[in-house]
Amino acid sequence: MTDRAPQSSADNLLPAGDPVPLPIAAVEKPRNQWLDVWDQFKTHKGAVFGLGFLIFITLFVTIGPWLWQVDPGKLDIRNKDVRPLYMALFDSDAKVSWANPMGTDNLGRDIMANIMQGGRISLAVGWTAMILAVFLGTLIGVLAGYFRRLDGLLMRFTDLVLSLPLLPLLLVMMLLFRDPLRAAFGPENGIFILIVVGIGITSWMQTARIVRGDVMALKEREFVLAARSIGTPPRRMITRHILPNVLSPIMVSATLGLATAIITESALSFLGLGFPSDFPTWGKILFDSVDRMTAFPERVLWPGLAISLTVLAVNYIGDGLRDALDPRIRGL
Amino acid sequence: MLDATKKPLVSVKDLKMHFPIYAGLLRRRVGEVKAVDGVSFDVFEGETLGLVGESGCGKSTCGRAVLRLYDITSGAISIDGREIGATPQTALREMRPTMQMVFQDPQASLNPRMTVENIIKEPLDEHTKLSDAEKREKVGELMDAVGLNRKFAKRYPHAFSGGQRQRIGIARALALNPKFIVCDEPIAALDVSIQAQVVNLLEDLQEQFGLTYLFISHDLSMVRHIATRVAVMYLGKIVELAPRDGLYADPLHPYTKALLSAVPEPDPSLARSTQRIILKGDVPSPSNPPEGCNFCTRCPSVMDICKRVEPEYREVHPGRFTACHLYNDTIDTAGSTAGHEAEGHTQ
Repeated sequence: MTDRAPQSSADNLLPAGDPVPLPIAAVEKPRNQWLDVWDQFKTHKGAVFGLGFLIFITLFVTIGPWLWQVDPGKLDIRNKDVRPLYMALFDSDAKVSWANPMGTDNLGRDIMANIMQGGRISLAVGWTAMILAVFLGTLIGVLAGYFRRLDGLLMRFTDLVLSLPLLPLLLVMMLLFRDPLRAAFGPENGIFILIVVGIGITSWMQTARIVRGDVMALKEREFVLAARSIGTPPRRMITRHILPNVLSPIMVSATLGLATAIITESALSFLGLGFPSDFPTWGKILFDSVDRMTAFPERVLWPGLAISLTVLAVNYIGDGLRDALDPRIRGL
Repeated sequence: MLDATKKPLVSVKDLKMHFPIYAGLLRRRVGEVKAVDGVSFDVFEGETLGLVGESGCGKSTCGRAVLRLYDITSGAISIDGREIGATPQTALREMRPTMQMVFQDPQASLNPRMTVENIIKEPLDEHTKLSDAEKREKVGELMDAVGLNRKFAKRYPHAFSGGQRQRIGIARALALNPKFIVCDEPIAALDVSIQAQVVNLLEDLQEQFGLTYLFISHDLSMVRHIATRVAVMYLGKIVELAPRDGLYADPLHPYTKALLSAVPEPDPSLARSTQRIILKGDVPSPSNPPEGCNFCTRCPSVMDICKRVEPEYREVHPGRFTACHLYNDTIDTAGSTAGHEAEGHTQ
């Protein structure tokens, strides 16, 4: 033991000594800054768990159907109302089956296959609509905050959209554009585009307002004046000085936006104006199961868990990313 | 001190910078803040013109307006033989490398999200077509020139002390080999030991690169150290402009006298014997300056004419400009002595 102790302390010293040559090497060849961002990101436990879960759920819905080759739409009346496997622990009479580990619904469709298929749609809608909304919100916010001439016009337009009742607006949009889009892009793609655009253009306003306020404050900072004295034109001023400094609020509204998009899609599906009825999404599975929730709580539990855990994971990732992208927190 | 062969690098004529005030329900224009109201001066090549005055007198605005960081209300500015007073901002871009600025607050003037290398490199990105390796080399040279370790190139501004940050700001201003640098209170946010370092650095760089400075400060002793000529501003106007030694030895304008008497004297016996001129009252609002001379509300030697007629800003001795009625009627006969006597009576 005694002669081992110096050995282990030397071992401990080595990895600590290793990074020392790095900064010297950085003078010649710069170290990739994304490595620093990753190092900081790793220190945020919640963000790492969130990222792990997001990768898991993404693989679950993309690779899953290849491994679990059950048709989510296949009716099997004989095997209807199968309970999930864990029910066997509480109730020896429960109808469980290894063929349907999460159980089946009242028409005998396999819930796990439905969750996988529904997750594909929900995640695709959530991410695309969120990216669209954040893009629109940032664009309008930056333009309104930076160019004083556009401010009044763009912000009154934002107020106008904010004051519209969103759900009726979405319903009208669905009624008006569903058929032409279906004809142009096919039933599934047409609806997908309609829902994504619908959610995207009705949820950018909060982002725009927050970004505008931050840009207006940043514009008066001295480093912007310094860049102006160098002769930096407005577009590079925005990309180089303004946008990196409003990243935090954008990140926060992006993570919240993903959650809102998934939930709005569920609401639309619930009202029968989303995807066709044989087309599962997390939101629709959830709402379809609400009326028999007391008898079969698992049918609400699975999609509900998937939605809330995804949203939570993305929130944590956003939190960790925001810290990791801030050099002051990164401690460099 | 004043070399007759030197030509002015920067020439400012009757520069005015008024900021509009909007008020009321309809946001109508109800007036304007006359931050800089008719300022004229020349800065000769290789010299340092100190610009002093109390807070809010328009020093910084004047410095920024000279670089056309604002769209000026009226006046003419010519830098290095080119008239830029009315040039639109987009056309000014190619002139930017000649004129640069060092800012007051080294914390606020550096983008917290950019590394030191990127901050110093920004002017090179905007105005040169060097390769990445060449830019990195140039950044290294600039960091050497201002006394920063090249190893710190990948760090962010928050990791530096105030003095180091100011050096980063100076390196950025130097990147394009400018001829003219406006130093907008570069030492005001630093503690005394660092102030000396930065001022000495500025002097060394001036020698090395042949720079011309407009040095804005409210620190009279620091201006005395660095400036070749000094301009004193009060309420948006230059009240006196003179070579350094002349101004500190024999100030003409009553405001300059009051300002200089406020400089602490390190020798206690001298300090007891010197009489401080204490001005009464506050600086009038720049949105509503008094009629006549701007200083007439606080001037210890105020006369009737001061409250009616604005004094002309003119050369009373070779190289010494002032705007004061005390020197106007006696100039062609008795020179400045009569003015001094008049001054002495009123004090």
